[in-house]
Amino acid sequence: MHPAPLPLYRDPRTYQILVLSSLLVYGVAWLDLEVRPGQALLLLSTVLLTQYACTRIWRLPAFDPRSALISGLSLCLLLRANSLLLAVAAAVITIASKFVIRLRGKHVFNPTNFGIVAMMLATGGQVWVSPGQWGNAAYFAFLLACLGGLVVNRAARSDVTYAFLAFYLAVLFGRALWLGQPLAIPLHQLGSGAFLIFTFFMISDPKTTPDSRTGRVLFALMVALGAGFVHFVLYRPNGLLLSLAFLSPIVPLLDRLLPGKRYAWRRARPEIPETPLLEERRFA
Amino acid sequence: MKRLQLLLAIAVLAASTGTALAFCGFYVAKADTKIFNKASQVVLVRDGDRTVMTMANDFKGDPKEFAVVIPVPTFLQKGQIHVADKGLIDHLDAYSAPRLVEYYDENPCERRLEALAAPSAPAAGAAGDATSARAKSLGVTVEAKYTVGEYDILILSAKESQGLETWLVENGYKIPQGASRVLGSYIKQGMRFFVAKVNLEEQSKLGYSYLRPIQVAYESPKFMLPIRLGMVNADGPQELFVFALTRKGRVETTNYRTVRLPSDLDVPLFVKAEFADFYKAMFTQQVKKEDMRAVFLEYAWDMSWCDPCAADPLSSEELRKLGVFWVGDGAPTRGFGGGAQDVFVTRLHLRYDGAHFPEDLVFQETGDRQNFQGRYILRHPWKGKDTCQEARAYRRELPRRFEREAQTLASLTGWDVNKIRGKMNLKASGPAESDEPWWKSIWND
Repeated sequence: MHPAPLPLYRDPRTYQILVLSSLLVYGVAWLDLEVRPGQALLLLSTVLLTQYACTRIWRLPAFDPRSALISGLSLCLLLRANSLLLAVAAAVITIASKFVIRLRGKHVFNPTNFGIVAMMLATGGQVWVSPGQWGNAAYFAFLLACLGGLVVNRAARSDVTYAFLAFYLAVLFGRALWLGQPLAIPLHQLGSGAFLIFTFFMISDPKTTPDSRTGRVLFALMVALGAGFVHFVLYRPNGLLLSLAFLSPIVPLLDRLLPGKRYAWRRARPEIPETPLLEERRFA
Repeated sequence: MKRLQLLLAIAVLAASTGTALAFCGFYVAKADTKIFNKASQVVLVRDGDRTVMTMANDFKGDPKEFAVVIPVPTFLQKGQIHVADKGLIDHLDAYSAPRLVEYYDENPCERRLEALAAPSAPAAGAAGDATSARAKSLGVTVEAKYTVGEYDILILSAKESQGLETWLVENGYKIPQGASRVLGSYIKQGMRFFVAKVNLEEQSKLGYSYLRPIQVAYESPKFMLPIRLGMVNADGPQELFVFALTRKGRVETTNYRTVRLPSDLDVPLFVKAEFADFYKAMFTQQVKKEDMRAVFLEYAWDMSWCDPCAADPLSSEELRKLGVFWVGDGAPTRGFGGGAQDVFVTRLHLRYDGAHFPEDLVFQETGDRQNFQGRYILRHPWKGKDTCQEARAYRRELPRRFEREAQTLASLTGWDVNKIRGKMNLKASGPAESDEPWWKSIWND
């Protein structure tokens, strides 16, 4: 028996979808985010179609567009490509990675993260991320919405977001203190929309973070250090995305060393112990 | 038939914005002369980890007073430093500058169009020796000493900022308050300091009356411009033009918003006579609109052509001199008029100060090869006397069009719309059919 699906308003993903789509509309209409409406529509339809196709191929009980929509919206906000074909390829890879790259019944990579990094590395610069294209107003509105989401959802796994925020702030402010830089510099470094999407929508993805709390905090620490390494030692852009992508394969190892309860989206009532069907847990 | 003729390079409207360089370095005057650093031009040639940086400078003071300190990511051998011809940057500036195009309305009765483009090139602004023992005791190492062209150059490394500051002061450089902290952060990041002064003897031998741009070539993953030092003794906001020459595509800042300058807009005809003022006012207005937190994209184009051309594309030889190391060495070139291929030019323009740009500029090369240019359009109304129905409709529409142009100009530049209307002499142009009652134009018969 399936547990009853969570009502829309109680599913944290509904809130996330609302936040990301308002941001996208704002970005297209007011900011020069260089997101063309055509490309956004194409990306969104591609992720949904891919999700649908994979649902059929892997014979999942039901087609659930919510996670795919979140991936698609994040792609729209982050991904820049020279051709629509590359954008479509990124969208397909993003969704397909959930179904194909799995270990111990769990997908290994956050789909959006994998889609973007794989395409960036494979195309040699034809696909890129523009992390600086966010106005101040958009940034603060988005920040509020993200923090609001933490409160509204009390999502079971926001601990990884808190831990990552703490570690990453420590990296940025620690470096500034060591270099004797004014605090305006690390504050400015935090002022990027890409950083917010990463913190609240990517690393927080409950399906790809370690199962145990200790594991998640450890993972957050490693990703924060990895991002600092890419930015300040290698001097390359996209430190957050690269760090998460390269460290994700460690998650199965962490799960083995520090076992914990597997996460599932659908729960009729949070206080009842999770007993979703195996199928559900594997693919939702 | 629609005939579009672009006549090129006619009106060269100079728009000198009075440049005086010090983007990444600061002027360290030897006397108590107050030196302002307001604007500068930098050409960044980048492919892979290889960078060639050319810094142009419009220093107007006594050459003896000129000294500049620039943090560089690596040690530089003599061969990595070069002095370039200022004309190269002027050409690049002219090629990429915002441009004005001019069209003449066709006779509405004949449906024939004569067009003319008059691009303009608003050139937008475009150490003493110390004993090595003393240097050592301060933790400063003079790693190398060169004379290149009219410049005496030192490459310094330092252990701590206080020592470096003391060394610079003892050697006659005037260090602004607060520089020590910034120097310290660069020292900890392992950067070297490139210190240049003018060698007066060499300068008089060479016979240049102005200071030529300094070029440095280095290999480092850092694709950035250190602007923090330059802000230490800045008196108000500074102006910076960055011309990036790359292979793949457009360059943008990763830590600041890159915004396209408003473009392809119809503006009143009188702008032709004051295009330089227009450009300056528009830029100021856009900076205000973005709360001074954006870097503006003014041009992004494949170097092998232009349309319309404010100036010819740079030749392979010129590009080579600017440091584009991948052209001219057996690599195939195509394009016309000597224009080299495989070079994408990005022109970025920013006005910055410490409050709005706390961090050094960090760049990335994107795969974007879409062309973009700052282009403003003048449309001359047709002055014929024909009285066909189309001509009447055309004349009725004209006042509305002029009004739109006035509004556009006002919103672009922040100029008073009434003054604009006055300058446009709206009443005088064309038969004043705007006094007709509104319903006259409904049925048009």
